[in-house]
Amino acid sequence: MKPLLEVRNLRKAFGGVRAVDDVSFALAEGEFLALIGPNGAGKSTCFNMLNGQLAPDGGDILLGGKSILGLGPRQIWKRGVGRTFQVAAIWGSLTVCENVQIALLAHAGEVFRLWRPVAARYREEALALLGDVGMQAQAQRPARELAYGDVKRVELALALASRPRLLLMDEPTAGMAPRERNELISLARRLVRERGISVLFTEHSMDVVFAHAERIIVLARGRLIAQGDAATIQADPKVQETYFGSGRMLARRRA
Amino acid sequence: MNGLANASSLFFLSAGLSLIFGVSRVVNMAHGSLYMLGAYIAYTCASKLGGMLGFWGGLVATAAALALVGTLIEVLLLRRIYHVAELFQLLATFALVLLLSDVVAALWGVEDLLGPRAPGLRGSVEILGHNYPQYDLFLLFLGPVVLAGLHILLSRTRWGTLVRAATQDRDMVAALGVDQAKLFTAVFALGSALAGLGGALETPRQPANLGMDLSALGDAFVVVVVGGMGSIPGAYVAALLIAEIKAICIGLGTQHIAGVAFNFSKLTLVAEFIVMAIVLIARPYGLLGRAQGMPRHAAAMEDPLKPAGQALRLLALAVLVGLLAVPLLAEASPYTVVLATDVLIAVLFAASLHFIAGPGGMHSFGHAAYFGLGCYGAGLLLKLAGLPMAAAIAGAPLVAALAAALFGWFAVRLSGVYLAMLTLAFAQIVWAVVFQWETLTGGSNGVLGIWPPAPFNRAGIYYLLVLGLTVLGVLLMRRILFAPFGYAMRAGRDSPLRAEATGIAVLKVHWLAFIIAGSVCGLAGALFAFAKGGISPETIHVSRSIDGLVMVLLGGIHELAGPLVGAPVFTLLQDSVMRQTPYWRGVLGVVILVLVLVFPLGIAGTIAAWARRFAR
Repeated sequence: MKPLLEVRNLRKAFGGVRAVDDVSFALAEGEFLALIGPNGAGKSTCFNMLNGQLAPDGGDILLGGKSILGLGPRQIWKRGVGRTFQVAAIWGSLTVCENVQIALLAHAGEVFRLWRPVAARYREEALALLGDVGMQAQAQRPARELAYGDVKRVELALALASRPRLLLMDEPTAGMAPRERNELISLARRLVRERGISVLFTEHSMDVVFAHAERIIVLARGRLIAQGDAATIQADPKVQETYFGSGRMLARRRA
Repeated sequence: MNGLANASSLFFLSAGLSLIFGVSRVVNMAHGSLYMLGAYIAYTCASKLGGMLGFWGGLVATAAALALVGTLIEVLLLRRIYHVAELFQLLATFALVLLLSDVVAALWGVEDLLGPRAPGLRGSVEILGHNYPQYDLFLLFLGPVVLAGLHILLSRTRWGTLVRAATQDRDMVAALGVDQAKLFTAVFALGSALAGLGGALETPRQPANLGMDLSALGDAFVVVVVGGMGSIPGAYVAALLIAEIKAICIGLGTQHIAGVAFNFSKLTLVAEFIVMAIVLIARPYGLLGRAQGMPRHAAAMEDPLKPAGQALRLLALAVLVGLLAVPLLAEASPYTVVLATDVLIAVLFAASLHFIAGPGGMHSFGHAAYFGLGCYGAGLLLKLAGLPMAAAIAGAPLVAALAAALFGWFAVRLSGVYLAMLTLAFAQIVWAVVFQWETLTGGSNGVLGIWPPAPFNRAGIYYLLVLGLTVLGVLLMRRILFAPFGYAMRAGRDSPLRAEATGIAVLKVHWLAFIIAGSVCGLAGALFAFAKGGISPETIHVSRSIDGLVMVLLGGIHELAGPLVGAPVFTLLQDSVMRQTPYWRGVLGVVILVLVLVFPLGIAGTIAAWARRFAR
């Protein structure tokens, strides 16, 4: 099957630090792919290049076979890539429902309409989306009042509103309690499967990753060191070394 | 050479401003006032005591006095506002400008005061065939000496290390157990002393006068922005650059380019702001500046918009009926109609500013530019192009919209204090052009005899026209705010990152908002021209921009009704106070301070907050 997203020899350096160094991977249509790695491995840099926030130094990014290199976040959004942020961002001075309504209006290309009030526009669709993420009861609350976990849910609804082909989620469960984490990821996974959306997400919690990701790619110091399903990754010596150290110190003490 | 001497005092002034901003993140609008105060104190020392002690001792005394004033200001005022939104900080320090201006006027009078020449440096030196005053030579060397002194202070002492650390991350410095309050006070005192010294050193060269505060502030802003906020060497480089460009403009005088006489000395007023605009566009953080971190204290988030309820609609209707009845007073009290017309124009002006400053989050400090352009646009279309009033009033918003499109294109790319300064700079450019282009605009006299034709020549009828257009303008902007576009404006303000990732073109949205606000403001300006029967550069003055912001804040920046309440209250207050006392600026300053410190929500905001509490 033709991959939806293809990353070829992606490179980015900050000063002398090679944050992303010759990374290549592909994401198949409908796949739920996790990108993991210790702090500073280059996950967020990688993400910001996919999303158009950062320009790569080299390599290519293909979406549906076409290069999206050099496009800004908004143009990439137009080609069907939605994203959520590590520190969730929604619009605080709007109600929860209005947040989703604006995302729907933006998707319909009606941002520059100066006359017809927003109030009744796409209200049903917005409420339906909020129902999907379990936020319908709070639709009329000002978004700034929400608890952080709920902000993440609304952000997911915003990202889904533009009916993306590919959803990029940067640490979707950062700052959440363990139970909330599992709930949110299960929810996201169910919603994208229903809609046929492919997902690439970064994550720190190994529990979440091994429980939900269909395939995992591992970055360390900017390089791709392993990829495969949960069992393969857990057994990979390079991954073990990255996460647990080589064990040489421990071995020496035992000896 | 002349430029080099000017650069030194400009550097003292701006180094102080830059230092204060670097540590406290407060742009001290009153910095020019401290400079002015320094000049007046030094004048008194030098002329009353006289001789060596009076002049040179006076310099030291001035610096000490200003350090004391600075300490007082920091302890009494600034400490209370470090954690409020930038807009409020700018306004609170601007209130000091008004207060200090009246204090100086009360103590020293309104005459220009030229100090005696520096004892011991009265002569001149011949350099390359030109006579060069010894004093200027002294200034020329003093600049680099102070720069070196500051550099040593900041890089070699423990105190300096703390200041530099605070510049980069003041919360971290506080977390490490440094007494932040003392550090901030000391920095503010040092900055103030530098400003005072700058003013004091200028007294033998040019007279101390009451206009010094704003002109010095303008200069210092430009230098600090060009050099990079918080960078002392940047301030020196920029001071040199600006002083030299000014000196060259004066030196060139009138030149003939391609057969057209071109007076370069007239360019001086504009030149520095053009330099600033160019630098901000090419390097948004100044020549030697670095990007600032995100502000830690983001503005308080406002509540979602709600359509007007039954009670509010009825209230609006009642007010409208009351306003329609005002012309009935034309016989009994003609002044009421004139005042009511002024109030309506102020409402339209403030509402257009609120449109971008509130929902758009762009705190323009130069909104008067579009008011003035509407004013001049209408006046000149009538006088020079011979168009009827209707066409002149219709054309004025277009003129203002064109300028807003040009300036806004740059302004929406910046945010916070940088946007405030760039908009201020653009307004100053417009002001300077209008002021200097005498053949077209009549210079400082403006254009007279712009009266509306019959039947609008009767105050009551003209009032009704203004009422109609004001209501139309306000309702139009309200409608836009409830439409997708208005929501997109607020989304772009709340989280630009999220908005872009959701497909909202934030820059384009804010740019269009800027143009809409500019054209409505231009309409207000046109109505003003016909109400006053003439136009003058005062319509573009920076004080009008500030008045507009005060109106918006007085009413409440987070409420749609804010400007509708704030503009009338402000206009009536100004009208009644101005007739009572010569010190109305001081009174206005106090009003602003009370507003910022006690009622940051404004009148409408406070009422709305009460209503919400009541409803619960």
